[in-house]
Amino acid sequence: MKRALLLCGLLAAGPAWGADAGDLPGYEVRVDLTNKAALQRGAKYFANYCLSCHSLKYSRYSRVAEDLGMTREMVEDNLIFTGRRVDETMEVAMSPDDAEGWFGAAPPDLSVIARQKGADYIYEYLMTFYADDARPWGVNNWRFPHTTMPHVLWRQQGLQKAEWAEVIEDGATRKVISGLTLETPGLMTPEEYQQMVVDVTSFLVYVAEPARLTRESAGVWVLLFLLVLAGLAYFLKREYWQDIH
Amino acid sequence: MKALLRGLLDWINARFPLLKLWNEHLAQYYAPKNFNFWYFFGSLALLVLVIQIVTGIFLTMHYKPDAELAFASVEHIMRDVELGWLIRYMHSTGASFFFIVVYLHMFRGVMYGSFKAPRELIWLLGMFLYLALMAEAFMGYLLPWGNMSYWGAQVIVNLFSTIPWVGPDFAIWLRGDFAVSDATLTRFFALHVAAVPLAILLLVALHIIALHEVGSNNPDGIEIKKHKDAEGKPLDGIPFHPYYTVKDIWGSAVFLFLFALVVFFAPEMGGYFLEPDNFSPADPLLTPEHIVPVWYFTPFYSVLRAIPDPQLGALAMLLAIVVLFFLPWIDRNPVRSVRYRSPLYRLNLIVFAITFVVLGYLGFHPPTPLYAELALRFSELYFLFFVLLWFYSRPRSSTMRMATLVAVLGLISFYDVMRIEEGKEAFVLFGWMLPAVFSAITISGSSLPRLGRDAIPPERLTA
Repeated sequence: MKRALLLCGLLAAGPAWGADAGDLPGYEVRVDLTNKAALQRGAKYFANYCLSCHSLKYSRYSRVAEDLGMTREMVEDNLIFTGRRVDETMEVAMSPDDAEGWFGAAPPDLSVIARQKGADYIYEYLMTFYADDARPWGVNNWRFPHTTMPHVLWRQQGLQKAEWAEVIEDGATRKVISGLTLETPGLMTPEEYQQMVVDVTSFLVYVAEPARLTRESAGVWVLLFLLVLAGLAYFLKREYWQDIH
Repeated sequence: MKALLRGLLDWINARFPLLKLWNEHLAQYYAPKNFNFWYFFGSLALLVLVIQIVTGIFLTMHYKPDAELAFASVEHIMRDVELGWLIRYMHSTGASFFFIVVYLHMFRGVMYGSFKAPRELIWLLGMFLYLALMAEAFMGYLLPWGNMSYWGAQVIVNLFSTIPWVGPDFAIWLRGDFAVSDATLTRFFALHVAAVPLAILLLVALHIIALHEVGSNNPDGIEIKKHKDAEGKPLDGIPFHPYYTVKDIWGSAVFLFLFALVVFFAPEMGGYFLEPDNFSPADPLLTPEHIVPVWYFTPFYSVLRAIPDPQLGALAMLLAIVVLFFLPWIDRNPVRSVRYRSPLYRLNLIVFAITFVVLGYLGFHPPTPLYAELALRFSELYFLFFVLLWFYSRPRSSTMRMATLVAVLGLISFYDVMRIEEGKEAFVLFGWMLPAVFSAITISGSSLPRLGRDAIPPERLTA
């Protein structure tokens, strides 16, 4: 069973095609959904910094409260800034038309972004904003070049500068980013900021599939039951088949 | 109590052939005693069908077939419906497991010659079942209204527009619109939850009735009905019930264990069962980078892409499916089971299995020049399998061997000459070697008795 579980895990982790698995060197995220404190912090950060533009329209505040071990009052006081009720879905106040006018594209709903793009993508995206005067908001992004989103967390992270290198591809030289260095420090240390991004990423992974918190633990019981059933069925079969040669 | 029950049964049996059906299909249906691992997949297919119908009914209660609401209603099922996530994962995993089970079931049929006389109709009904299953899976895949659902449906419906003359109009008629839209979604929903399941149930009934009329084949590929005892029961047969019912319960339990492993621990199966791009809603303006069908269609998708011309490609794909229908008339060799067939036949069968997997793999990836070439070569191997089946049907004269080899090589080379480009000669020649060497070995090798001759099957079952 262990081996089968391992195999399943490998298969699940293996070919990360489609969800363009971020391969930026040095960026990797480990999401631990059993860490409720991290998920709570992630929820708080998301409500404060992201939810003004990005909705989680399939998720309900009350479900988040229940799953992450918070009371409804805690959620009402700390996470809801839009006047919505705790049993409602997590929408934004901004109208999509306004948003499109301001940013060039309406900020997407992020309910299932972690299942579409993967945790690494979110983590890398939030970690790799860098200063670029050519862009409308003065920042560009290594993971998602020419993103239309401003660096909302720049006060926390500070501003990074891109290091460029030249590569030769098909006979032509091209400039590519080789790394980012922190130029203007932010309110947080790099370690604190990284933890913040891990928390937000973890929260988004949770929100993309709330059932995941209980799915695997329920699965263990189902497997145990089926193991017993298979064992009994095997002996039943052997009993009946004794006289068949 | 017991007397009451007996009375009730008598009452029913006087009015409905309950006991008769029970006996004919279970208690007195004699099946060969030597069914092996491969014989689990028939009953498992039935089990998955039940899982799909039951979970499907519950999904239908909460799903909304409306382009505006479909995606959200699936997320509603995943989040707000009690155990909705479990029902949905069982259904999505069930779809993939259905094809795994059916492919193994079909391969069993090929391996032991279960399609041969007098079981041609069982095979044909099974093939129609397979077609219905493909239609069911394809239409079900549109329902979540994710972006891959949308574009996958777009691509597959467009295949129909390659039909000469009527194609484009036919595609519009299928969609109910000029592009996949709400009209397509609602009709696919109706077909997915009512029409096709009814057809599948009917075909399953016919498949089983036909099977029980002629009796099951077995790994030795010989008839158990030839040797009967004084009461007319096959000596090598055992009643399906209780022997195979208890055996299938054990098989089902093991199957459900593997099924639960995926449902609870890897429902996305790394993007093979649930594709990442399908977690963003359908968007007619946003084409995914690579449009790939779900894994169970990728072998045929590879055949489609192997030929650049869309019409020829679609024709090749159609042929790849249609040729399976004719298996009973292609392979006329009286020896059914692979156990007693020649070493070359076995090689052909193994290569066919590998070819199917490789085609499936290639269908998943963008057709780079290398992959496109491989897809063509393995498509040729796919069709070569059937040529060889026909060729191995009986001992062939050396003239026939020569003629077949020349015809096969001629066809392959002709297509290569037609498509060859400047500077690609070496590349094409290397590719050409794959089917050429394989057909040379398998066709001319059959002149050697040690490689080409079938064994004589035993009179009675061996194990």
